[in-house]
Amino acid sequence: MKKETAKTLRAFLIELAIYAVLIVAYFFLVLHFLGDWLHQLETRHRYTYGSVAILLMIGQAVVLQNVTTFLLRLIRRRAE
Amino acid sequence: MFFPISGAHISPIYLVIVGFVIGILGGFFGVGGSFIAGPALRAVGLDWNFAIGTDLAHIVGKSVVAVRQHRAFGNVDLKLGLIMAVGTIGGAEVGAQLIQMLKRAGNVNLVVSVVSIVVYVSISTFMIWESRKTLSQTRLSSGTVKDTKAKHDPSAFKHVTRGIQRLKISPMITLPVSGVTISLWIILLVAFVGGLFSGFLGGGAGYIRMPSMVYVLGIPTHLAVGTDLFEIIISASYGTFSHAIKGNVDILIALVMHTGAAIGAQIGAISTQYFTGPKIRLAFVPLPLIGAAIVIYTLMTGHKL
Repeated sequence: MKKETAKTLRAFLIELAIYAVLIVAYFFLVLHFLGDWLHQLETRHRYTYGSVAILLMIGQAVVLQNVTTFLLRLIRRRAE
Repeated sequence: MFFPISGAHISPIYLVIVGFVIGILGGFFGVGGSFIAGPALRAVGLDWNFAIGTDLAHIVGKSVVAVRQHRAFGNVDLKLGLIMAVGTIGGAEVGAQLIQMLKRAGNVNLVVSVVSIVVYVSISTFMIWESRKTLSQTRLSSGTVKDTKAKHDPSAFKHVTRGIQRLKISPMITLPVSGVTISLWIILLVAFVGGLFSGFLGGGAGYIRMPSMVYVLGIPTHLAVGTDLFEIIISASYGTFSHAIKGNVDILIALVMHTGAAIGAQIGAISTQYFTGPKIRLAFVPLPLIGAAIVIYTLMTGHKL
């Protein structure tokens, strides 16, 4: 049981480290360039901005969850 | 990192950590976590209007992650969530109107503060009494709660809940996932009251809705957490859009916060599988008390956290 917990914890920590690298890249490659466009949209087309905001949020949620699930599966498979 | 929409300079690491903490709370208790997110965003200099709108946007994303996880465990009643969303949106509109009325009367801060302290403390007091009594009656083990039998949720308040379920006010709605048959009007009333507090006190009001679903509607705690989160996706999306067209949402801040919340929400949702209903309810008790403490601090010092 303890061995299993240690294994899970190790896999989770590795996942966190990889996730952190991916997130930093995401900040600089995606959000940095998206910033100006969203700012323009927020200033000129508020209704479109509201819709885009919700879609971006839901889209990011689905993608990040899939990424974390994939990472965890991959790390566990390698550990076994 | 500079966020051009709100014009704020905020460390992304700070936002990710805040999102992570709120994500865990949201995934585990089915709450939005506005009582932490609002003050946390204010603490780094974001204006109140942006703090409220941005927090709502972040709640949408976090709830999507937590709901997908809860759904995998069979902890989401979609039918109940959709019905509740209607009542919540109606209640939130009335709550917002009440705030406008109090603003015109000039005593909005005092009234909202006193009401919120009374509500928060009452919920905590009731939940600590009920969950402790239930735990002492049933002596539940802390094993993994994976089978549906274990999701049978004992409560010392069950006799009142059964009385409410016996009220035959047409139309009656059967919720096969939750195993409950109850009047549509009672569901709408519970959702409306939750929405009312959401519009009146701010945030998603999960601290009221989640306990109401358990004690009034008789929904098992695990399902109440998952379904509340599903309902929050709809009502928070509505709130995000409403705030976005008023210029109160910095979606870039919300997206950065959500990168932490995505991991936190999964941890929170998975953790619910290791606790029984009364234990989750007992662990829930400090949340409204933290909300009350923040309001009391604000009243006494004049500083809005």
